[in-house]
Amino acid sequence: MKKYSFIIDVAKCENCNNCFLSCKDEHCGNDWPGYSKSQPLHGQRWMNIETRERGAFPQIDVAYLAKPCQHCDDAPCIRAGQGAVVKRPDGIVLIDQELAKGRQNLVAACPYGAIWWNEELQVPQKCTFCAHLLDDGWRQPRCVQACPTGALSVLHMTDEELAEVVRTEGLETIDSEGPATKQRCYYKNLHRFTSAAIFGSIATTINGVTECVAGATVRLQDPNRMIAEQETDDFGDFKFDRLPPGRSEVYELEVVFQKRVAAKVQILKDAPLALGTIWI
Amino acid sequence: MTGRLVDTLLAGPQAKKLLQGLLLGIHAAMKAKARFSPSFGRRLQEKNLSAQIKLRDNSCGRTYLIKNGTVSSTAELTGNPDVTMIFTDAATAVKLMLAPRNYLQQLNAMKNFRVDVQGADADIVWFMQTMNLLQSFSFAETPPYGTGLGDGVTRYVNNTNGGPVFVYVKDGRILRITPIEFDDSDGRSWTIHARGRSFTPPRKGTVNPYVFALRSLVYSKDRLLYPMKRVDFDPNGERNCANRGISGYERISWDEALDIVAGEIKRVKKQHGPGAIMNGSGSHHTWGNIGYWLSAKTRFMNSIGSSHVVHNPDSWEGWYWGAMHHWGNSIRNGATDTYGTVEDCLKEAEMIVFWSSDPESTSGVYGAFEGTVRRQWAQSLGIKMVHIDPYYNHTAALLGGKWIAPRPDTGGAMAFAIAHVWITEGLYDQDYVRKRTVGFEKWRDYILGESDGVPKTPEWQEPETNVPARVVRSLARQWGTKKTYLSPGGLAGFGGACRAATGIEWARSMVCLMAMQGLGKPGINMGCLQQGAPVDTNFYFPGYAEGGLSGDLDYTGLRVSMYQRMPQLPSMNSVSQMIPRLRIPEAILNGACEGYPTDPKSIEGQFKKFTYPAPGHSPAKMYYKYGGSHFGTMADSNRYARAYRSDNLEFVVNQSIWFEGEAKFADVLLPACTNFERWDIGETANSGGYSHQQYIQWNHRVITMQHKCIEPLGESRSDYQIFLDLAARLGLGTLFSEGMTELDWCRRLFEASDLPTVTSWNKFLKKGYYVVPAPDEANRAPVSYRWFAEGGKKNVPELSPLPSDYKEEWRKGLQTQSGKLEFESSSLKRFAPDDPERPPLPTFIPSWEGHHNKELYARYPLNLISPHPRYSFHTMFDGKDATVNDVKDHRVLVAGWFYWIVRLNREDAAQRSIAEGSLVRIFNDRGAVICAAKLTDRLPPGTVQSPEGSAVYAPIGEPGHSADRGGCINLLTPSRNIIAKSHSTASNSCLVEIEPWQEGAQ
Repeated sequence: MKKYSFIIDVAKCENCNNCFLSCKDEHCGNDWPGYSKSQPLHGQRWMNIETRERGAFPQIDVAYLAKPCQHCDDAPCIRAGQGAVVKRPDGIVLIDQELAKGRQNLVAACPYGAIWWNEELQVPQKCTFCAHLLDDGWRQPRCVQACPTGALSVLHMTDEELAEVVRTEGLETIDSEGPATKQRCYYKNLHRFTSAAIFGSIATTINGVTECVAGATVRLQDPNRMIAEQETDDFGDFKFDRLPPGRSEVYELEVVFQKRVAAKVQILKDAPLALGTIWI
Repeated sequence: MTGRLVDTLLAGPQAKKLLQGLLLGIHAAMKAKARFSPSFGRRLQEKNLSAQIKLRDNSCGRTYLIKNGTVSSTAELTGNPDVTMIFTDAATAVKLMLAPRNYLQQLNAMKNFRVDVQGADADIVWFMQTMNLLQSFSFAETPPYGTGLGDGVTRYVNNTNGGPVFVYVKDGRILRITPIEFDDSDGRSWTIHARGRSFTPPRKGTVNPYVFALRSLVYSKDRLLYPMKRVDFDPNGERNCANRGISGYERISWDEALDIVAGEIKRVKKQHGPGAIMNGSGSHHTWGNIGYWLSAKTRFMNSIGSSHVVHNPDSWEGWYWGAMHHWGNSIRNGATDTYGTVEDCLKEAEMIVFWSSDPESTSGVYGAFEGTVRRQWAQSLGIKMVHIDPYYNHTAALLGGKWIAPRPDTGGAMAFAIAHVWITEGLYDQDYVRKRTVGFEKWRDYILGESDGVPKTPEWQEPETNVPARVVRSLARQWGTKKTYLSPGGLAGFGGACRAATGIEWARSMVCLMAMQGLGKPGINMGCLQQGAPVDTNFYFPGYAEGGLSGDLDYTGLRVSMYQRMPQLPSMNSVSQMIPRLRIPEAILNGACEGYPTDPKSIEGQFKKFTYPAPGHSPAKMYYKYGGSHFGTMADSNRYARAYRSDNLEFVVNQSIWFEGEAKFADVLLPACTNFERWDIGETANSGGYSHQQYIQWNHRVITMQHKCIEPLGESRSDYQIFLDLAARLGLGTLFSEGMTELDWCRRLFEASDLPTVTSWNKFLKKGYYVVPAPDEANRAPVSYRWFAEGGKKNVPELSPLPSDYKEEWRKGLQTQSGKLEFESSSLKRFAPDDPERPPLPTFIPSWEGHHNKELYARYPLNLISPHPRYSFHTMFDGKDATVNDVKDHRVLVAGWFYWIVRLNREDAAQRSIAEGSLVRIFNDRGAVICAAKLTDRLPPGTVQSPEGSAVYAPIGEPGHSADRGGCINLLTPSRNIIAKSHSTASNSCLVEIEPWQEGAQ
């Protein structure tokens, strides 16, 4: 049985909101009987985009996490719904808009904040994967069609085939530490949003003139081991990515230039990770 | 029956017999069409009318009686018909009435009075439109258009400034609006081969985010659905002008509204004389060549004679007033052409420098996300990227690379320091400088400090820009050793840095940098892959600035191509008075102002200063406003609110789709419909005119028949219809319309383009779009400036500069006096060599509103930049209860109100006790705006960012004198010209302070 999944590449999302707005175009003011009642004009975010800035001026990067309903295979909302939330054979999770009437408790049932309360209609609502369109012959939901960067895509394949893609592409799900709900929404480059990064720049003074130090070797280690090593770019900049977010250790940074250790920097436990300029 | 055969036939005495037969045939055709076409039958029921077509000597003719939907006719020419069409001779009559219609013959006959029509204007127009229906289509109904999808759903096509769209309609209501996905029969795509890889764009069009908000805008609760009148405005009594912006409105009938407006047009012309009517509009409008402000509106405003509001080149400023003097390019207001640059950049470039350039936010202009995939290709090829912008913009965030954040409004300081490194380290193209440029010695001496004692070193620029000297030095060395594309602005020749007190110096220093690096050599050019796709630049379809049906030969591009291709009655405005858009408030309040024109014809066009009032003209007494609001877009916009409330302005009419912004300052409101509710025709991103071949931002040229998807909402009408209804009250309906409907004009424009060579009208009307196939590689436009770098003749496909503007031979050299890139400008030496604000050589001139103004800076220590918004297009798509308001990065909902956003650095926020999402008051001596704060490290401390373009103007007290919680950031920006000898805006030279604000405070 082929099933649907979202594949979202965090590195390609630029927060254009085409997904968010095309979803509203499809669902605000439009009833899709058997799928969902109309989404209110304002307030709900079936595609909810979160922003994360890392670093500090001027050493930063920004990532966005587009979060639709995860269409979990083991969905807490289905358990809480007692028949009001259904899993279709193609993997899509739908809230029955008649049976779920008055069931505000479903909003809290979702660990990902993907269910919204329609105050006027007294019904919980969420992303339907545009199942009404897929059933009508569309190959993708509106958000995916609207995405201009290739950040959003959809897969339609068996679970076995999907598992292979997940493995080879290194896809992840959000909140992997949280409850195991078997999400059908997979992310690529999720570390851009979830991991920590250390930024810095190496500079020096030669004959009274300041210069960026390109090609310096920067080594990052914690008390137990070497973590990574890289060379500074033409601006003397370096960035260590994919570091665990809530670290418990002190980092040590060693700068090697022209075969000698030119600087050593300790990064204390709660210190900012944008190191600014390190003069050697 | 064409050509010589017809001429021979008509030369003899048979002509009259032919005419008699033809007139009888018209009768038969009307009867037949009424039987087979229900819509034609309904049309005949609209009026009871008698019409006569005859020869002037009454020797031949026919009288038609239309009564209760039936037609009868007689050869008798007695009675007193409602409409009389008189021909001098039978030959002319036959030629003009025989299909296919020949517009040029018709116009010639009209101009020479070989044909004349008499009667009430409304009757004439109705009769002519009815006659057209006989010719335009087959005997059956208007051919069905759109694609039936079953279940009562029809998919239509339309267009927007954010891309072409499919519009799904059911039961007369729009269901959804989507991008267009091409099918196999649509024109082929291009492929670029670069560095061992092949790149082909996706077979679809992209759209801007706001396009998905359109349905919510069409059905917005803020739509104007009925004509309205301010409750305390009485055209025959008290006008209460001071209550504009304060008083409410009441619904009136169309007849009453049109009578008031037509009556006021007549009154001010008789009472005050020429010039008393001022017509003004936003720079952009809904999409299409027919209903556009440079088309129907211009034709109407010319027809009634009105003062022309001159637009400053607001997107170009520094390029128009500065860079143009160093490299020409007047046709694009001083910006560059970009032919072939996508292919060249992908094949050759090693680095792209984005300088004040964020195409991922601004879409260039009309470019949607077409450039995104091309930049992703560049990223995948490992082309280095550098982003110079005070804001860590969305292009930088998506593509990565080095971010360099100068203090805003520091002009060319960093550019001079880059040049300093190049000169002292020998990192520039000395051969190119010697052969292709003039004035380098003066530039070099200035950069090195030999002429003024101040070497423009990286250290020198550091206290000005706050960018470390070593970073500038490193950038200069990389740039000087790598083949580099420079993109100043999202479109090369735009950029927020050009809209600042130092914008002229910045823009022209960009040209000088590229003059040092060999502009036009492989991999060395302007742009960031936003423009320059290898689409077919030889296929003609007009852009909106080519004037559509405007008949305007002065302020549109009509005279270049469209006047010949689509002959039409010229609408020549007899009023020559001009009003600078940025001085409208002074014109009204003080009765006097001056300006400099926006004239893309030549470099010198901008030197011709004009004054208001023009000699012998009346000051403006009536304001006909149309399109977007100035509050969100024009500098120091409290001035506009104050001007509206002046008694000097006796009457204000606003023709608007929504009740927003300036519409709330009108005496009478005329409700226009969106372009989803009327007919139009237009190509995506084709603006023509001052942005020649702008469509090369698109991966495919998409030309659309803009279907009338639904009926106009409420009592709203199309802009064309509103102007026609007014024209009929002024006896101008026949001249205005040439007896044509909007759909007739669409077809006439279709026929004027190259479309008939590749498709038929019926096919185009049905499908709704045509994708122009990509040309063979041999027919791709050459790379811009390659010819120049190689010392050849200009070979890119455009007739610019004008032949007379070449100095040696046609197509040889640039538009400048020397024909070369000029470090020191010849045109400025001729015009005002001693102007300290704009010396002929690019010079460091501190901003007149920046950190050098010690006293002002002490009070207002924050530099406010206000770039173009990302989720709206100026005031279009913002506010109006649209879904765009919900975008987290566009507005923030606080206590039931969607507040505009100001972004500031965390340090600045902490110093002021400002929390994330809290309300703040941004203020200076000019005004105050209430916004929601977003805290970020995407800005340096001391710089704050809040885009222009709020459609909502909501003063919390007296309009023009109180804080605005709508978000019109331009309440804060200076109205001063960049330099005195210009008509320009310096919106990014704006010092402010910010403090916390409590909801509900006064």
